[in-house]
Amino acid sequence: MAGKETRLATAPGRTPTSLTQGGQTKAGIGESTLRPDGTLKVTGEFAYSSDMWHEDMLWGYTLRSTTAHAEIRSIDTSEALATSGVYAVLTYDDLPTDVKNYGLEIQDTPVLAHGKVRHHGEPVALVAADHPETARRAAAKIKIDYAELPVVTDEASATAEGAPLVHENRDDHHVGHVPHPNIVHRQPIVRGNAAEAAEKADVIVSGEYVFGMQDQAFLGPESGLAVPGEDGGVDLYVATQWLHSDLRQIAPVLGLPPEKVRMTLSGVGGAFGGREDLSMQIHACLLALRTGKPVKIVYNRFESFFGHVHRHPAKLWYEHGATKDGKLTHLKCRIVLDGGAYASASPAVVGNASSLAVGPYVVDDVDIEAIALYSNNPPCGAMRGFGAVQACFAYEAQMDKVAKKLGMDPVEFRQLNAMEQGTIMPTGQPVDSPAPVAELLRRVKAMPLPPEQQWLTAGAGADVRALPGGLSNTTHGEDVVRGIGYAVGIKNVGFSEGFDDYSTARVRMEVVGGVPVATVHTAMAEVGQGGVTVHAQIARTELGVQQVTIQPADTRVGSAGSTSASRQTYVTGGAVKNTCEHVREQVLDIGRRKFGTYHPAWATAELLLEGGKVVTDGGEVLANLADVLEDEAVDLELEWRHRPTEPFDLHTGQGNGHVQYSFAAHRAVVEVDTGLGLVKVIELACAQDVGKALNPLSVVGQIQGGTTQGLGVAVMEEIIVDPKTAKVRNPSFTDYLIPTILDTPTIPVDVLELADEHAPYGLRGIGEAPTLSSTPAVLAAIRNATGLELNKTPVRPEHLTGT
Amino acid sequence: MRVTFTVNGRRQEADDVWEGESLLYVLRERMGLPGSKNACEQGECGSCTVRLDGVPVCSCLVAAGQAEGREVVTVEGLADFARQRAESGGCASGACGTSIDEAQRWQARPADSQTGEGAELSPIQQAFIDAGAVQCGFCTPGLLVAADELLERNDSPSDADIREALSGNLCRCTGYEKILDAVRLAAARGEHRTAGQGA
Repeated sequence: MAGKETRLATAPGRTPTSLTQGGQTKAGIGESTLRPDGTLKVTGEFAYSSDMWHEDMLWGYTLRSTTAHAEIRSIDTSEALATSGVYAVLTYDDLPTDVKNYGLEIQDTPVLAHGKVRHHGEPVALVAADHPETARRAAAKIKIDYAELPVVTDEASATAEGAPLVHENRDDHHVGHVPHPNIVHRQPIVRGNAAEAAEKADVIVSGEYVFGMQDQAFLGPESGLAVPGEDGGVDLYVATQWLHSDLRQIAPVLGLPPEKVRMTLSGVGGAFGGREDLSMQIHACLLALRTGKPVKIVYNRFESFFGHVHRHPAKLWYEHGATKDGKLTHLKCRIVLDGGAYASASPAVVGNASSLAVGPYVVDDVDIEAIALYSNNPPCGAMRGFGAVQACFAYEAQMDKVAKKLGMDPVEFRQLNAMEQGTIMPTGQPVDSPAPVAELLRRVKAMPLPPEQQWLTAGAGADVRALPGGLSNTTHGEDVVRGIGYAVGIKNVGFSEGFDDYSTARVRMEVVGGVPVATVHTAMAEVGQGGVTVHAQIARTELGVQQVTIQPADTRVGSAGSTSASRQTYVTGGAVKNTCEHVREQVLDIGRRKFGTYHPAWATAELLLEGGKVVTDGGEVLANLADVLEDEAVDLELEWRHRPTEPFDLHTGQGNGHVQYSFAAHRAVVEVDTGLGLVKVIELACAQDVGKALNPLSVVGQIQGGTTQGLGVAVMEEIIVDPKTAKVRNPSFTDYLIPTILDTPTIPVDVLELADEHAPYGLRGIGEAPTLSSTPAVLAAIRNATGLELNKTPVRPEHLTGT
Repeated sequence: MRVTFTVNGRRQEADDVWEGESLLYVLRERMGLPGSKNACEQGECGSCTVRLDGVPVCSCLVAAGQAEGREVVTVEGLADFARQRAESGGCASGACGTSIDEAQRWQARPADSQTGEGAELSPIQQAFIDAGAVQCGFCTPGLLVAADELLERNDSPSDADIREALSGNLCRCTGYEKILDAVRLAAARGEHRTAGQGA
């Protein structure tokens, strides 16, 4: 249960804790159980991280660099500190220990800039004040003397002779194998002989593709509350994707043992990878420990664009060959990801981009290379799809090009080359669970098409809102053409390359008021994906109870790993299932001890817990759970792991690197006004294999949400960085556009359930795959409508009108 | 300065309000009503949508002083607002004010201390839960206020009407399909049949 401290710290607004769910008829796995936090979320009572409140609290504010690369000659905080209402101003010099950097894999990110800044918006100083506006105004009085340094912004400038080094003295474990210190990591994947195989090709198609920098743009900005403890420690209420990863990075900087940094998940307003790295966590704790007062930090949208990493922009060179009868002969490709100023998740993104570069196709002879750069651009890291998205954009464009050159139907061409169960990946790893690539394409193609251009037949009564451009009433459809495009993608599930990707679950079973109740406690970050719903469904299914309480996620229970990589239902869901199974065995042992002598089935039959009773597999009721447990409680905390993976060889890329793959296919129908350069996506149909849909309602919601993020990057989303200054030009929702309800079409979803025998319940991670293929499907549809080449995201009006 | 206005049928006062503070800030930080969300504070995302004398507005763009003496409805008051509207036969925007008598009798409804189960919900709130339109939920309060206002004006909106009415509200999780479902569901159920019946 949440302690007294929690209540005090978070009034008003309730913490998203102890979410009880009971009394629903739809309750076990496979049912569309409703969210246990739904009522709080629709009444406005659910306490998101920005809703945290404490009497006597201060507001923290971060001063960020106004330039991308500069030496800091001096910082003068005296005027800021003298401002009425200001309690503390901190710079690098105020950090309490020798540990001054943090990072997910490489500790290269300064808590506060020291000596120099490496990207626009890097945190330089912190202010705590009694009003957010006081803090902002005081921060504006801090005087920083910057001496500008030249910037590196792309591969050419980063690897040019004499290029400035983003990190001068690298000592991380990748530095030994990268060709230049401005390259974070490099992963080649070589299998067969691509050069030799190319000679067998009847057609060879190459292309260069550019994927823009996308932002997660979660709605709830980075925020949280740090409350200093009487023991010298700190309580942190924060929105994150992985409490224990944060803790591992926070505690050393604060100079505190981990047990003195007590973290509780507060309500998370979306994540999509953008909360894997730290943002305000350490800053709030530093200010709280310095002032002795609770400190709340809430980024505004402007700051949020600087406060988290983005999706890696990429340049991709692809060459495919194929025989006359439509078989792919080889793939050569090179993928350059821009990781920006700090490493974040770049090494792992490189691993994914390279190992999934071939897509869901059988190509025996490949020569692949992926690298991530260090540059003075904004840092890039995790975002939904994680390296696989950029590759999918390129290989799907290539598939259409090859099919066209061969005069084949693009879907049939893909099906002809589709991988299946048993296919060997370019990494040498056999695919040992269903891989229904051809079937997903067949399904998405078989869905009925949306009606033809409605305004053509409706005459004067036509609704202009149906046209590209919508309400602006700029056209009556004269220049509008329709196109259809297809794409399919492959995404790995879970953390790869030998990472110990485990989760922990604590499950308690007891009788409360005569009713058996299960309590599930994990550190899983519920970021909107519905994990809390699924955990209750699993507990109900395994323990035969109706009443389940989901405890708040905090660091008093072992790590759950990250809510990312489509892994959380698989891994923490698996941990809950596993712990429930052990709890069930102990409950049955108690039953055998108490009642075993009364009925032989206790010793001989397969026993289940169902409907609050112990029953045999033949359906005979042996006892009520309430009578078995009485005053006893069974309480277990166990770790659970999926099958181990192994790192990719640094030279050949060979290795069983991935746990599981997920697949989705899209069909996009678009209408393009070739005069105005406007695109309206009419429909974006998806077929996806989910292994087993634990909660069909949530599954469809995830697929539609992922599809929409892919649509966004196809036609509107891009963080624009000035190539000369490396400054961000559009850090606002006015200038960085995400799809509205008017931009988003109907998204029919066809869910396929082919169980993966290695996964809990046969499930397959679902969150990311739909983000991969929706972008190339939309691009393919626009190309189909216009005949234009279009090798860059997002497609802008000038690309369509040639202006 | 001091600002006084009615929030969800109740007179509220805030002292020492700085002239630059938004209605959103005063609601969230001074009046203890954090239901309206702060996602962009630029009027672009609609997360902070409240009704000001019946009209949906981005409360981040309204200076607190502009609300002086006026009626504000936030997501926290939506169930009560819908109930009163149903009881009075569905009055038009702005005319749904709370009588002094009602305001004096107003009290927070008892609800389950942890989950809110048992809370009385408006039809649109219930429909959002039933249709799976809530994921992270950060956009939900603003969408609910906007959707409720739409249904007050138009009890059987077309999809194009719904899209137009909700086009000022960004959602990053759902892809909007289930939000459309929720509004269609609430319209199909009709307020007169579900208002006041709760979860």
